[in-house]
Amino acid sequence: MDIVLEAKHIDKYFRKPVDFHVLKAISFQIKKGEFVSIMGKSGCGKSTLLYILSTMDTDYEGQLYLNGQLVPKQNQEHLAYLRNKHIGFVFQFHYLLSEFTVLENVMLPAKKLGEFTLPQIELNALEKLKMLNIEHLANKKASQVSGGEKQRVAIARALINNPTLILGDEPTGNLDSHNAQNVFNIFKTLCTEQGLSLLIVTHDEDFAKKTDRIIEMEDGIIRS
Amino acid sequence: MNNWSIILSIAKTHLLTKAKQTFIAALGVTFGIGSYITLVCFMTGLNTMLDNLMLNQTPHIHIYNEIEPSKVQPIALYEEFSQSLNVVRSIRPKLTQKKIHNAFPIIKYLNHHEQVRRALPQVKSQIFYMAGSIDIGGTLIGVNPLEEAEFFNMADYIVAGSADALNQTENGVLLGIGIAEKMALKVGDRVQVSPVNGSVFSLKIVGLYQSGIADLDAVQSFTTLKTVQRVLGEPNNYITDINVKLYDIEKAIPLAQHIEKEFQLKAIDIKTANAQFETGTTIRNLITYAVSITLLIVAGFGIYNILNMLIYEKMNDIAILKATGFSGRDVQLIFISQAMIIGLVGGVLGLLIGWGLTTLIDHVPFNTEALPTISTYPINQDPLYFIIGFLFAMFSTFLAGYFPALKAKHIDPIKIIRGQ
Repeated sequence: MDIVLEAKHIDKYFRKPVDFHVLKAISFQIKKGEFVSIMGKSGCGKSTLLYILSTMDTDYEGQLYLNGQLVPKQNQEHLAYLRNKHIGFVFQFHYLLSEFTVLENVMLPAKKLGEFTLPQIELNALEKLKMLNIEHLANKKASQVSGGEKQRVAIARALINNPTLILGDEPTGNLDSHNAQNVFNIFKTLCTEQGLSLLIVTHDEDFAKKTDRIIEMEDGIIRS
Repeated sequence: MNNWSIILSIAKTHLLTKAKQTFIAALGVTFGIGSYITLVCFMTGLNTMLDNLMLNQTPHIHIYNEIEPSKVQPIALYEEFSQSLNVVRSIRPKLTQKKIHNAFPIIKYLNHHEQVRRALPQVKSQIFYMAGSIDIGGTLIGVNPLEEAEFFNMADYIVAGSADALNQTENGVLLGIGIAEKMALKVGDRVQVSPVNGSVFSLKIVGLYQSGIADLDAVQSFTTLKTVQRVLGEPNNYITDINVKLYDIEKAIPLAQHIEKEFQLKAIDIKTANAQFETGTTIRNLITYAVSITLLIVAGFGIYNILNMLIYEKMNDIAILKATGFSGRDVQLIFISQAMIIGLVGGVLGLLIGWGLTTLIDHVPFNTEALPTISTYPINQDPLYFIIGFLFAMFSTFLAGYFPALKAKHIDPIKIIRGQ
């Protein structure tokens, strides 16, 4: 099986307010089509790890491989391109651009990537919205849709460039159980039907139990 | 290219959703540029008018025979005293003729000089205007009216009658308006004048002259060369002054020095004669620029503040954009282009307002005794000021946008996302 993401001996220190060794030699792999969840108590470093994996945080020691390629730490332009092309993000607090319509929000990363023409991008975006059953919201302003819907829009946006990896930072943390179930089902479908790899940080044990693999963290190391 | 269209569309959306703030920021630029243009056009118009008031009537080089003491006293020629300290007390000026010797050959020479636009002869004489038993002292200047009108704008200052009338009328005179008022004379009347030697001549008033300098208008009148020569009883080669107009005013100083040396006459150039005038112009320009730059800087700070606030409001958006693959540079460009759009819109509006205001001022009546040729406020609508104003608007908004945008570029998305 192909390995989508590989972390090798990742160490991370917080310098402020006091020196603190957050992540201690973290190594693991995520294979193609694998649905992995990370669990652990608050402050165990799981979010920190996620942001390193997302390439947004480059202040760490060790190596990170995305699709078998070493992720450079310096070139910000290139890192932005990697995030754009290969990684989709879903946050706890939906994070849509509230002044844009739902459709524009979904289209934005694809416009940035610029691999397709505008009508094609629009078609793709509508297709993603349809897949998530929210195509009727396309022309609404992002600020006018409900919380559960926003999260689905965020998932559509994460999918627009057909990434190889979806990263989630407690994507269901802010949703009621019905919507949380809904989001889980969407993730599961993406995983099984489209072969996407998912790495989701969560506190929700029910959610985690249904995933393929649980990485449990404690005090900066992986326990299991 | 594709990148730009997204950046601009994001910038546009930001600006449109905050239409009111955008409008106020643009208004700051509009106000700055509009007042800059109005101020500069008005001030330079005023400067040009004042310059013209002086320069139109003043020859670039004025040549005449100066009455002054001889530089070399006879004692200096006596060899035996050459090693001594010679002190001559109470030196009197040397008696010289007022007339310029060989005036016409000099004028001919000057008119052939490549830097000289025109050299014109004048005869200046002290006379009395006679009204009953009262004598009023004054100056009668003999000129060549048509050429004076052509090269020294004489016609602009003739408030009644014309230069042509003076040229065609035997014993005609263009009376200074101050004298005319004093003596209650009008065009068509006769005025009696008497040169210092005592004889009396009657001259016909063909027009009135108003230079705008009241002191001059109270003493000075114009007539033809021939008439003044007849009044003085001098032959027609009697010329006391030569006025020279050059193509380039900057050449006045060297040419004046050259003429002094070559013809042994006094030659005063306009720069020396009106040095204080130049200083006034420079200082007025300085004030104009200081005020306009202040206005533009204030407008720049307005934009800086609004963009800074906008960036604080848009922290989340910036984090999302960065997380979804926009680089720091893209984010920076988004905010710089917002500033530039504000600058562009505000700048263009400012140009229109500046143009409108200056046009309005240009049509406001402005009548003053001192300036017979002016009927509305002077405005100098030089396109250069509009270009400078626009460039300054773009430059200052760029600067005002650059620093907030730099901050946006370096915002760490993780801090924002985790902070929620």
